[in-house]
Amino acid sequence: MTLMRKFLGAAAACALTAGAAMADPALVFDLGGKFDKSFNEAAHNGAERWAKETGGSYNEIEMQSEAQREQALRRFAEAGSNPIITMGFGMADPLTSVGPDYPDTKFVVIDVTWIEGENIRQVGFAEHEGSYLVGMLAGMASKSGTVGFVGGMDVPLIRHFGCGYAQGVKAANPDAKIVANMTGTTPAAWNDPVKGSELTKAQISQGADVVYAAAGGTGVGVLQTAADEGILSIGVDSNQNYMHPGKVLTSMLKRVDVAVYDAMKAGADVETGGVTILGLADDGVGYAMDEYNADLITPEMKTAVDDARAKIIAGDLKVVSYYDNDSCPALDF
Amino acid sequence: MDILALLDPQILASTIRLSVPLLLPCLAGLFSERAGVFDIGLEGKMLLSAFFSAAVAFQTGSVWLGLLAGVAASMVLAAVHGVASITFRGNQLISGVALNFLAAGMTVLIAQSWFQQGGRTPSLIGGARFTPITLPFASDDATGLGYFYSEVISGHSLLTYFAFLCVPLTWWVLYQTRFGLRLRAVGESPEAVDTAGVSVIGLRFAAVAICGLLCGLAGAYLATALQAGFVKDMTAGRGYIALAALIFAKWRPWYALMATLLFGYLQALSLRPDSIEAALGFSVQVQLLDALPYILTVVILAGFVGRAIPPRAGGEAYVKER
Repeated sequence: MTLMRKFLGAAAACALTAGAAMADPALVFDLGGKFDKSFNEAAHNGAERWAKETGGSYNEIEMQSEAQREQALRRFAEAGSNPIITMGFGMADPLTSVGPDYPDTKFVVIDVTWIEGENIRQVGFAEHEGSYLVGMLAGMASKSGTVGFVGGMDVPLIRHFGCGYAQGVKAANPDAKIVANMTGTTPAAWNDPVKGSELTKAQISQGADVVYAAAGGTGVGVLQTAADEGILSIGVDSNQNYMHPGKVLTSMLKRVDVAVYDAMKAGADVETGGVTILGLADDGVGYAMDEYNADLITPEMKTAVDDARAKIIAGDLKVVSYYDNDSCPALDF
Repeated sequence: MDILALLDPQILASTIRLSVPLLLPCLAGLFSERAGVFDIGLEGKMLLSAFFSAAVAFQTGSVWLGLLAGVAASMVLAAVHGVASITFRGNQLISGVALNFLAAGMTVLIAQSWFQQGGRTPSLIGGARFTPITLPFASDDATGLGYFYSEVISGHSLLTYFAFLCVPLTWWVLYQTRFGLRLRAVGESPEAVDTAGVSVIGLRFAAVAICGLLCGLAGAYLATALQAGFVKDMTAGRGYIALAALIFAKWRPWYALMATLLFGYLQALSLRPDSIEAALGFSVQVQLLDALPYILTVVILAGFVGRAIPPRAGGEAYVKER
């Protein structure tokens, strides 16, 4: 027993000295994994850009299960990492319990806007505005008048995406029909491309000829099936146009990379205690244009979307947020 | 009310696509468990096979080489399970769970160092994928039975047809051959088989190898027929649903076919909430349909609908002398 205690003591001492040596930022990825071609990968890109530009280094961990969240936060905080950047809505509860225990550590959380804490910086995105724009493109590109939406796990955030999209589709084509499906209710829904494919086929059989995937790794299956079946798809978070050139109409960009890069650049001095929403005006969200989809977007479509973008920024056009009253005027889930 | 909407050809075709990745591991588990070796590791074997079939198919451009690689990888994992639980008499459940974790981690790790695409393989194109086969006499404008034939039966990949062929094959092997008789006996009463002078170890290894083969086919089907590449954790729990189907089927091949078709149908139905609403006149929660396979299995296990009696010597390593 005493021997055991000695070992534990030695281990703790090692951990403390190791911790004192580093004040690097830490990045906690969500369950989708660092290379999900989407949300987490954008964070990874932002961190890599910071590391390359400043020559700094950062610590990182990929969540494998819900149970690890709090543990990972405490480990990084104990080790002295500052700031600790966390990804995803699942971090809200762990942060509210861990945050107050480490008042000198700055926490940044992406996609959470509703918790409290003096040392927590919450960054949200106006996903409904970005989704509205790609929704307009979908509405204009659709020949059948029916478009699809494949969500990942059925959570308010994904409904928020779907709601903005549906409003955009209706704005471009008031008679359009929107078929919306969620992949599942467990985190496995972020990594089930087979089900993504089947959902896409089901939506095609209901007439959809443009499908928007807001589903992490499941979206890989959606984009693949859309390309195989000869319809258009829309990617999400990162620019996914290159995955099937000429078959991906556009991608809804969510500049998670910018948010992570900015937080790392500010380092331990990052501003905390409030909520930051990055919208169209800050280029926090937008739609992707590159050589892979140049032939799919006509000048008229681009003009219409850029016009709507300017109106939203100016405040002349209001896209209803799903969060406002947990329902969507353009779509029933 | 339009009850026929529930039998929409699209839904039935989807049922077939979704049933195959349940049917193959279910039959795999049937061989293994009938010989007395429980196998929680169906999921891991499928995942490993999915990765290697996609990786090799991408590298060589040949889906057949990919299939071989996938099956080989799955059989290696099956062999490890065999050595751990048959030769060294380890706990079969622990060995299976460990192999699942191993496969989940290993696939992403190897994929990342091989392709640098974040634990995925690049998309497969052309000959690196199984393409749908149009059966003879299938046409787009057929009516009635011909329409059903063209839309539901035709248009699947070769592996799909092979998977369904595996059901009578399994029945024949298990119930009509000497090997099958011995294999079933070794799961019920290994002492008797041993007394008769037949190798218990040999039979169990054969069963585990067949299990590896079938899981390998299932994994290759996911990655190279249904999808065009590997994505991390892409089996998404199908190996566990297959285990549930195996219990639901009471360890019998034809019942296994019906159980996996039913589970596949429920999955396909949950993709089409609009059809359910058209058929029943009210909407059913999609989550309920997703949960139904598990609920049904629990009902069966609780003994409400017949009894599910597992092979008597299942889960126990055979010890010749104490």
